[in-house]
Amino acid sequence: MTFKPTNWTGRDDAMVENMIRRGASRRDLLKMLMASGVGMAAGGSLLLGANKAVAATPVSGGVLKAAGWSSSTADTLDPAKASLSTDYVNCCAFYNRLTFLDEQGQVQMELADTINTDDAKTWEIKLKSGVTFHDGKALVAEDVVYSLKRHLDPAVGSKAAAMAGQMSEISKIDDLTVKVVLSGANADLPTIFAMHHFMIIADGTTDFTKANGTGAFICEAFEPGVHSIGKKNPNYFKSEGPYLDGFEFFAIADTNARVNALLSGDIHVGASLNPRSVRLMDGKPGVTTSITTSGSYTDLNIRLDMEPGSKADFVEGMKYLVNREAIQKSILRGMAEIGNDQPISSANRYHNPNLKPRAYDPDKAKHHFEKSGLLGTEIPMVASSAANSSVDMATIIQQMGQQIGMKLKVDQVPPDGYWSNYWLKSAVHFGNINPRPTPDILFSLLYASDAPWNESHYKSEKFDKMMLEARGSLDEDKRTSIYWDMQEMVANEAGTIIPAFISNVDGLSDKVGGMRANPLGALMGFSFLEYVWLNA
Amino acid sequence: MPWFLVLQRLGIAILTLIIVSFAVFFATELLPGDVAQILLGQAATPEAVAGLRKAMGLDEPAILRFLSWLFGFLRGDLGTSYVNHMAVADLVSGRLVNSLKLAGITTLISVPVALSLGIGAAMWRGSWFDRIVSILTISVISVPEFMVATLSVLIFAVWLGWLPALSYGAADATTFGAMLKAYAMPVITLTFVVSAQMIRMTRAAVIETINTPYVEMALLKGASRKRMVLKHALPNALGPIANAIALSLSYLVGGVIIVETIFNYPGVAKLMVDAVSTRDLPLIQSCAMIFCISYLLLITLADLTAILSNPRLRR
Repeated sequence: MTFKPTNWTGRDDAMVENMIRRGASRRDLLKMLMASGVGMAAGGSLLLGANKAVAATPVSGGVLKAAGWSSSTADTLDPAKASLSTDYVNCCAFYNRLTFLDEQGQVQMELADTINTDDAKTWEIKLKSGVTFHDGKALVAEDVVYSLKRHLDPAVGSKAAAMAGQMSEISKIDDLTVKVVLSGANADLPTIFAMHHFMIIADGTTDFTKANGTGAFICEAFEPGVHSIGKKNPNYFKSEGPYLDGFEFFAIADTNARVNALLSGDIHVGASLNPRSVRLMDGKPGVTTSITTSGSYTDLNIRLDMEPGSKADFVEGMKYLVNREAIQKSILRGMAEIGNDQPISSANRYHNPNLKPRAYDPDKAKHHFEKSGLLGTEIPMVASSAANSSVDMATIIQQMGQQIGMKLKVDQVPPDGYWSNYWLKSAVHFGNINPRPTPDILFSLLYASDAPWNESHYKSEKFDKMMLEARGSLDEDKRTSIYWDMQEMVANEAGTIIPAFISNVDGLSDKVGGMRANPLGALMGFSFLEYVWLNA
Repeated sequence: MPWFLVLQRLGIAILTLIIVSFAVFFATELLPGDVAQILLGQAATPEAVAGLRKAMGLDEPAILRFLSWLFGFLRGDLGTSYVNHMAVADLVSGRLVNSLKLAGITTLISVPVALSLGIGAAMWRGSWFDRIVSILTISVISVPEFMVATLSVLIFAVWLGWLPALSYGAADATTFGAMLKAYAMPVITLTFVVSAQMIRMTRAAVIETINTPYVEMALLKGASRKRMVLKHALPNALGPIANAIALSLSYLVGGVIIVETIFNYPGVAKLMVDAVSTRDLPLIQSCAMIFCISYLLLITLADLTAILSNPRLRR
């Protein structure tokens, strides 16, 4: 029995493990632990345990049962249509992408052998040879061309259609080489290929009742809204993995039921638990939690082109009024990182660490509200359970407003139809954004003047220019400095307030090894099945 | 004469089905957003929605799509799901079998238990037995089923580890023991929910007939208490009892969403909820028809039981 300080829980273990995975040194961690009142000796033993958990050796065999949080008859094996966790998990198990992102957010090759360009506009993709689909067909250039071109067809209903729109020419050069020409330079193309929607399917596939991919698992059964079953692909092209003999993935929508199934040993992985259930699991034998931050957030959007957001002082006041620390501590119960009103989280290699979050300052807020002439006017904020924790956040912001005489009203609306009826439309409303791998995707999706999801209707020519410059540049240092400046711009000028990046909390049986954080989302960017193992 | 009655019932049933299908269709139309919007979710730009709508044939007026579904249904064709392009019949059939299995097992257990407890309570009205049954049924009615379900999972799966927390996979349990284990908790939960109502109605109906003059007459003529209840009172109470049973059981096909959710049991209730949330009209309509048909079937059975057990109703 290792000695642990009082109040030390499984959650803290997970946090320390997560920091080690991210590359924090032993010295950094000891300093941090001692600062929070943990003694030297105790700190050392904690780190030893955490190191052990991180550096375990893989074991082969076993069938993993994992449960996600949402599943319905809309579940699909069509990567272009994939929209929820369950789809992503299935796609990652049965298919492969040209590239993938590792834990540090760096691009690694998967089906591609090399991806080359001279001007970030014309790209040449060389494929690995000897890769076969589950039905025995060899992977060739036609498959990649077909998979990419599908996104441009509106009848497919691709979720990545906007992203794929920049590929003006997709053609085969030889059996293992594909050429992609973009309408404008974009140095991020290899990262874009790592997104779940760009999984490679066999040329001509139209039937998605079963998956035929190159992935680590062969699809045994797929019933939308019920489950998917995969068994190990004996001809997998990677030398390592998968370690599991097979898996069964399904969803348990009710968080309590998911925790109970985990506690009773019916499942090995229960994804996305809420902070309350994590408390339930703390100290229970046989289960652990994995807490990772990959950049999803719930934000408060104030449209700059309508009342009251058109008054700059109102927006400024709101930025001082939102108590980011209170939101992180009380609503998200510590399972979050405080945000600084820009969308690039610390999990991303372009994150600007010098940009500090604005401190909660009711006096300054009051001053700005008075200047805007809106102090005392009733302002509705639209919140809904569709945007995670937004109702709680709205309530806390409302209470802070009350203390300085600012009347904010919480308009709680049903989650059904929230994204088409309120999001982007109401003057003051909440949004919920999933992690995206590159600053360019986030900025062009959310902040560029012509961005389809420009939540606050932020418009800046300078910003648009900087975005294009960074996108077309192959010089890493230059890109980093531009992205740092852009983060500062949106934090100060746009009408979106991002109080915190919400952590993904997954419950694991202690038999599961190899789970790590990934910038593409929870469950190792949903590709955990290929990398985890089951200890007997 | 009874033939006419049966035909009349059938006619009413078909009319009800048509009215229900229209009502469900209009209710679906009132929901915000359509299937193209829901499928694209946050990525629903106007162009993307328009393109997808066109590709799916959703640009026709909704009423036409509904009517073509309705005529297909009359020919026995349930149509194709908008969302995943699978035949609705395939989507529904497996789930319906699961639901019917769960409903069947629950019926086999709950009806005999409810009848014996209800009749017993009426027979020994005012005794300690009656009181215990009454207190128990009232407390069971007052406890919501998610509570019963969650508590039973906590006790039997998490603490004691006797039963699996999920009944998911119950449908393909191979051995009888495994099946028993998988079904135990959902069936117990559902039995709690449906029995309480049946027990109270049975007790009330039997007591009411016991109070009528002819039963009193039987007692005065020297019939034993048991004979008085079972031979004289019960047949006359069968009508209302059958009705109460039918009402309780009709819940078992479409109304078990909470049990399906907590135990992750793949039945039709969850299918209907999915269909509504994705605005999948053919699937919504098919599920609604199934619920309506099962309800009508049970009510008609109850009516027939009442007619057959009570000669006065035959005229």
